[in-house]
Amino acid sequence: MANKMALKTETMVLNMGPQHPSTHGVLRLELEIEGELILSVKPHIGYLHRCFEKHAEAMTYPQVVPYTDRLDYLAAMGNNFGYAVAVERLLGIQVPERVEYIRVIMAELQRIASHLVAIATNGADIGALTPFLYLFRDREYILSLFEMTCGARMLYNYMWIGGLSHDIHPDFVRKTKEFLKHFRPTVVELNNLLTFNKIFIERTANVGILPIDTAINFGASGPVLRGSGLAFDVRKEDPYSIYDRFDYEIPTGKGLVGTVGDCWDRYYVRVLEMEQSVRIIEQAIDNIPEGDVQSAIPKRIKPPKGTVYTRVENPRGELGYFIISDGNLNPFRVKVRAPSFVNLELMGELCKGHLVADVIAILGSLDIVLGEIDR
Amino acid sequence: MYQFLYNLIGNEIVAGLIVAVVPLTIILLFALFGIWLERKVSAHMQDRLGPMRTGWHGWLQTVADLMKMLQKEDIIANDADKTLYNIAPILVFTGSFAVYAVIPFSSKLLGSEVEIGLFYVLAISSLVVAGILMAGWSANNKYSLLGAMRAAAQIVSYEIPTALIVLSMIMLTGTLSLDKISQMQTSSFWNWNIFGGAVFGLSKFLLIPFMFVGALILFISTLAEVNRVPFDIPEAESELVAGYFTEYCGMKWGMFMLAEYGNMFAVSAIISILFFGGYQSPLGYFGNTIGAEWLVPFEQGFWFIVKGLFFVFVQMWLRWTLPRLRVDQLMTVCWKYLIPYAFINLIIIGIISIL
Amino acid sequence: MKQYLRNTWDGIFTVLVGMKITFKHLFTPAVTIQYPDVKVTLPERVRNRLYVNMDDCIGCDQCSRACPVSCIEIETVKSVPGEDLGTTSNGKKKALWVTKFNIDIAKCCYCQLCVFPCPTECIYMTDVYEFAEFERSNLLYKFATLTDEEAAEKKVNFEKMQAEKEALKAAAAAKAKPEAPAAPQPENKTE
Repeated sequence: MANKMALKTETMVLNMGPQHPSTHGVLRLELEIEGELILSVKPHIGYLHRCFEKHAEAMTYPQVVPYTDRLDYLAAMGNNFGYAVAVERLLGIQVPERVEYIRVIMAELQRIASHLVAIATNGADIGALTPFLYLFRDREYILSLFEMTCGARMLYNYMWIGGLSHDIHPDFVRKTKEFLKHFRPTVVELNNLLTFNKIFIERTANVGILPIDTAINFGASGPVLRGSGLAFDVRKEDPYSIYDRFDYEIPTGKGLVGTVGDCWDRYYVRVLEMEQSVRIIEQAIDNIPEGDVQSAIPKRIKPPKGTVYTRVENPRGELGYFIISDGNLNPFRVKVRAPSFVNLELMGELCKGHLVADVIAILGSLDIVLGEIDR
Repeated sequence: MYQFLYNLIGNEIVAGLIVAVVPLTIILLFALFGIWLERKVSAHMQDRLGPMRTGWHGWLQTVADLMKMLQKEDIIANDADKTLYNIAPILVFTGSFAVYAVIPFSSKLLGSEVEIGLFYVLAISSLVVAGILMAGWSANNKYSLLGAMRAAAQIVSYEIPTALIVLSMIMLTGTLSLDKISQMQTSSFWNWNIFGGAVFGLSKFLLIPFMFVGALILFISTLAEVNRVPFDIPEAESELVAGYFTEYCGMKWGMFMLAEYGNMFAVSAIISILFFGGYQSPLGYFGNTIGAEWLVPFEQGFWFIVKGLFFVFVQMWLRWTLPRLRVDQLMTVCWKYLIPYAFINLIIIGIISIL
Repeated sequence: MKQYLRNTWDGIFTVLVGMKITFKHLFTPAVTIQYPDVKVTLPERVRNRLYVNMDDCIGCDQCSRACPVSCIEIETVKSVPGEDLGTTSNGKKKALWVTKFNIDIAKCCYCQLCVFPCPTECIYMTDVYEFAEFERSNLLYKFATLTDEEAAEKKVNFEKMQAEKEALKAAAAAKAKPEAPAAPQPENKTE
């Protein structure tokens, strides 16, 4: 009798549309919610597709480098690095030592800059608007270092195949050391203001817990995987360039406040990784050997027929380049394995059973950039 | 003040109108100043400059924004419920404006001398909830609805710790009228309620820690009443775009902003009256020492505004330091932390005041 | 119970620590510079608007081929022998008239790949970054220094010379084979 008069309820579909103040780019999230509780999350992507892989088939190998910058535009040096290492493996050339050292320094500086953005936007989504400004002020130092070297602040076109576009400026070493001295107190201030703030801990601890086997099954990489406790870093597993000469650790999530693999752990792994990058830069900055950075750049880049897959550790995860060459001046196929694309899949899994406000916190901790998801 | 004006003019209606208009101008002027202050305070805390080009250091920026808002086209969605949509801003603004009737700005400047000041304040500020729910529902927008639901739950829950602390102060001072409470804390800052009130003896010293706790709880719960960070989930910018006033444009949105800043000053005023002496100066009156008695109300008005602005500054300071709480954590803080502490505070203050 | 009290203490203490940091920042000087009145000094290698020094351009087309977005369009006309086009600043003799040198600066991605192949370093990036326009067609920069009439005249000269050369070659071939019919061959060649 009661069944006939039972209340008909419906779940509500909320669209966090492409234009939203806190989805990190043009991402559409379709949330099915019941009150405040989430039943399912479906991400819709493709709003930033710019046909990178098709363009690459029409360009010559050096002309593809500015396009790789624009994939993950917040970590452009890392993208250049991966492409350069991939084509160098295809050609079989060895770059001079000076080039290797400078590449490592640039990549680590870029890692610090990218993590600063990730932490700042994570905090800003949760409501702490002041650390955003402080961290961007520190990022300005790094961007001016890059501008001094190659002339651009965000999309560098710096690491060419076989070398670099410019040698470092005479003032570079001194200014980098000044920056490193300035940077460590900033991290202490960030920890006091945001990391160990009770309200921030309440918002991110025990939220979006990613168990380690789920992470491996989904193919997660980068701080997302390391936050769940697995110390997997491409720089140690599959060393490229001269990373095997430096002494650094791989920070993992340990569940200091809350459980292992929650949003706080992923955030804290990024903070610790910045310190490790500072360590690497300090070891490299004093030992740059002399040489000519453009001596190994071939006149015409025409690799022999073959394929190569190279992976590098981008700040967001494992970036892979698969290049097929058929002996011409243009590559036959360039495929990019974008870390954010794979990490975004975790959204559906992590958001189950949480509230609407947690979706933002989880998305911020995954740290995606739509440029490389849509390519 | 009504009596004074009535004696001066002789006409009831005109006197009443003037008495009503004075707080209105105070709110408008304060909103103008408050928005500029917020932008400059937030800018300097974030190592930047804020508005600099409109007037000296940008003090005309709010005027520019106001003129822009007045010229905007009033767009109402087709499916919006028009009556409720239009009434909602008026209700919210009225709720926050009506509180000013009983706040004493100095011993002579008081809107209306009713005996039940505090009770009236608590009752009127609940009117705001109805306005917010109307605003969220009538806009026919899922984000607005979510924001309005959260705001209603938040405001209704945080009324309880507010009422409990206010109750403990009423027990201590024995009166509901804000004017009388201010008058009881005369002559120096040691007589302020936060330091135990104008009584002598052991009970004064026993009360001090509980007064501090009470002031802290009152500050936190009034922060939630006015929807400021860390409790601004109804207008969470990065989650719900703008919460319950997403769909409003132009002057109607201006009314919501005015109401918010009016509310901020009103609750700062109430905290300073209940605990920090109201319009009393901490050190004695300059007018009294040089024999110019007419100077005293102006000094009192000055001290009142200084104290009110100080608490407004603390509210802004908190806004730019802390992240936002999630809705269920907000409720946890209210029901599991503030209310037990407020109850224990009430009981202990009651016991001490009997001694 | 202990956790409850610990939570309360943590909440209040960390909030106060955060407040102390922001209060300290209230008194540090701002890092903003007031843009239109004060401008940042740019470093020497900065990559902003392109400029071509046409006196040095030899029309080799290297920059156009290096550009990944095809924003440079170059058309050249070979000069008639005997004409003096001048020399570039590093001593090379110019041999091509550059009739069209357009850079669509709206398409340029500021990657600097065109600067390196230039043999005379005539194309380079300046530090000009305030070049916004109201009409998009104003962003097509035309660097060629020949006017339209001059360009047309050079082309006509070249074609005349080309035609004369063909005629000479045809006459020489006709002389070498006197039995072959002379009429169809020149027509063939000029085609």
